[in-house]
Amino acid sequence: MTAVLKPRTKRQAKEAAGPYGKVGDAVAELDERLGIAKGGRTFLDKIFPDHWSFMLGEIALYSFVILLITGIFLTLYFVPSQGLVKVPMNFPYKPLRGDTVSQAFMSTINMSFNVRCGLLMRQMHHWACDIFVGAIVVHMARVFFTGAFRKPRETNWLVGTTLLILAIANGFLGYSLPDDLVSGTGIRIADSIMLSVPVVGSYLSYFVFGGNFPGQVVIARFFIIHVLLVPLIILGLVGAHLALLVRQKHTQFPGKGRTERNVVGSPMFPVFIFKTQGFLFMTFGVTALLGAFAQINPIWQFGQYIPSNISYAVQPDWYMGFLDGLLRIFPAWEWNAWGHTIPFEVTFPAVIFPGIVFNVAMAWPILERKFFGGDNEIHHLLDRPRDVPKRTAFGVAFFALLATLFVASSTDVLANYFHVSLNTVLWTMRVLTILIPLIAYPVTYKICRELQGGGANMGKRKRPNDVVRTAEGEYVATQAPVRPGDVHHELDATPVPTFIAAAVVAEAEEVVESSDATTGARVVDR
Amino acid sequence: MSENLNDHGAADITTVSADAPQMQPLAKNPKGVEKAISALLLVGIAAFVGFGVCYWQNAAYWTYGALLGLGLLAMGAAFIAWGKYLLPRGPFVEERHALASTESERSAFAAALMERGAGEIKRRKVLGTLLGGSLGVFSIVALFPLVRSLGPLPGDKLAVTDWKKGQRLVDINGNPVHITDMAVGGVLTVYPQGLENTDDGQAIDQTILIRVQNEPFTTKKGRESWTPSGYVAYSKLCTHLGCPVGLYEQQLELLVCPCHQSMFNVRNGALPQFGPAPRPLPQLPLAADSEGFLIAAGGYNEPVGPGYWERP
Repeated sequence: MTAVLKPRTKRQAKEAAGPYGKVGDAVAELDERLGIAKGGRTFLDKIFPDHWSFMLGEIALYSFVILLITGIFLTLYFVPSQGLVKVPMNFPYKPLRGDTVSQAFMSTINMSFNVRCGLLMRQMHHWACDIFVGAIVVHMARVFFTGAFRKPRETNWLVGTTLLILAIANGFLGYSLPDDLVSGTGIRIADSIMLSVPVVGSYLSYFVFGGNFPGQVVIARFFIIHVLLVPLIILGLVGAHLALLVRQKHTQFPGKGRTERNVVGSPMFPVFIFKTQGFLFMTFGVTALLGAFAQINPIWQFGQYIPSNISYAVQPDWYMGFLDGLLRIFPAWEWNAWGHTIPFEVTFPAVIFPGIVFNVAMAWPILERKFFGGDNEIHHLLDRPRDVPKRTAFGVAFFALLATLFVASSTDVLANYFHVSLNTVLWTMRVLTILIPLIAYPVTYKICRELQGGGANMGKRKRPNDVVRTAEGEYVATQAPVRPGDVHHELDATPVPTFIAAAVVAEAEEVVESSDATTGARVVDR
Repeated sequence: MSENLNDHGAADITTVSADAPQMQPLAKNPKGVEKAISALLLVGIAAFVGFGVCYWQNAAYWTYGALLGLGLLAMGAAFIAWGKYLLPRGPFVEERHALASTESERSAFAAALMERGAGEIKRRKVLGTLLGGSLGVFSIVALFPLVRSLGPLPGDKLAVTDWKKGQRLVDINGNPVHITDMAVGGVLTVYPQGLENTDDGQAIDQTILIRVQNEPFTTKKGRESWTPSGYVAYSKLCTHLGCPVGLYEQQLELLVCPCHQSMFNVRNGALPQFGPAPRPLPQLPLAADSEGFLIAAGGYNEPVGPGYWERP
């Protein structure tokens, strides 16, 4: 090391700073203390396979980011109290003036009418939640139908399913906070569902509400669970989800140069960062537009929750729909014996059924291995859904069941809209709930089998057939010649370069000489 | 450029020729794409400025919401276009190394776990048992403050309401109901006098009063005297999920729960006629006091609302 003279001109300073300037210095300082250079470089080179379906999970992640940002804004104005106040006579929304409402309701309408950006943030928060749960479900469907949950990724499938349950639970808790007529009725139904649990139901209800429903504590309790407890767990699990993803690397679809031993796609830095950063802003932008133009949960129209009041034709948020649907169409089977009651008409649709749904989802990697012909091998290449007809058929039947139940959650609206009797709608939905999954399975299975064997032209655009009439009057079909754009030409994959500047190459000599031969050198074959 | 580097032999740095096809942008006309991205970013800046102005001027919320959305979409599109069309098109590849360790590393780990941990506990059986016992007792006792403090025990409170014999029926404003107040077909939600503004009064005691006709009628055997002047009162809590049974279909004389469409016939003791409700709504016996106001002739003779385990 030679002594460094203090630079006198800007040019000298630039030369003294080395080819990478301040960034180089910072890397050196950090590396001396934390040893970040080697791992950091590997991280920047991490390959993200390119396929549109891989961004579904990103929508979930980014809507969670939006939930955190907008949620923090809302906590600054929300008062989680059921204490009563009077709506002031100068309140902008006239029908509520002078009403006695809870502080939770008052603070929510106050942030909607009197806080700048308040209503926008509230509506963005609600929309982001609906998008969050939706994106998780669609992302899970992608992981399911392509077999991405298979060994070694069962743990991450479990983490993901837990995240879905937490997202749904927190959605319900947040929906309950404003203490309006619709959400209050939702809490009342939740109370009745707790009561329906055999043996411990009444204790469950009393411990949640601090006594009889509605009590004075439930909003405060739901609040702290909604803004702290569940988000913290979600945050931790999202971290685990991503850490596992980095550790196990991405799955990829089969294709040119893609094997079980490599990952082909775009590097983390800068290509993926640019795309995903853009996608974060797009998700944020769509949520902002929804918040601006699509009204959601206008609680000032519903009014304060009063336990003896009720609204008509109200549906819960979409992810609760399948539970509401089954509650509507399930027969009124209540059993009473030896001084005890089992309200099975509630216990089954609202406790046992969701239990089955989420347990089947969680246990699917094991179930597939045992009953659907899955193997115990390590898989990094994804399946095309058609190539695994049993799994695909099961998944379609499963989603068809939930979708039918979702439709059943609006029996009254359907009856009104189509001018048919509620009884007809009820029985139609009962029959369809059983019939649709039973039909969906074999039909999907058959379609998968028919689609199989695409073979060499898989993933390529089909070329048209030319039908020619010969002189003898015979018709001959031949494939048309290849035209530009007919066949998607994919390049060979290459390792990620450093984008090293030409001027630095000479200096690299020094680096090469001092580098250890065992530092994981990678050379490109030419 | 990197050809030179390669000549130096193995490097820490993977290299690829700058003019390799993978290093070229996807765009056929990068200059044009650059212009388009600039335009997007300018739109974004303009929209964000507009957002600031609208916020400052306290414009309608949808104006700044729209500008925020527009700005974010433009900025996002610019980022994506830059990443997709101007950066090297790839594809690039990395090796996937097996996650599993070698057999000897595995057995070393298992041995360390067994011999240092479980083995030690096995050797000192008494200590191990006591340790397990103390952890077990601690976790059970620790549950008490976390769970038991949350609320009182339900006891038989779910089975009772505040309705007592002789209590006047009042509306939400506390006005008692006179026998001449309502016309045939009228409905009113009533509470025990004095409890109309309490949580319990509204959540548990809520009762729906209907004048079905002008003369008393029999809803069920043994309830002949419960309907003075054709008034009948049922618990307003649906026996399905506890929603208020707030709709009255006057022509069919049906009470309808708006939540899941259970229907109860007011003439025959609120027997469920349709929907998932498993039981009739409990009926409140009515009478008129000396001044002609409606009173309860007794409490409910069964628990109101949805079913639960302890319900007899």
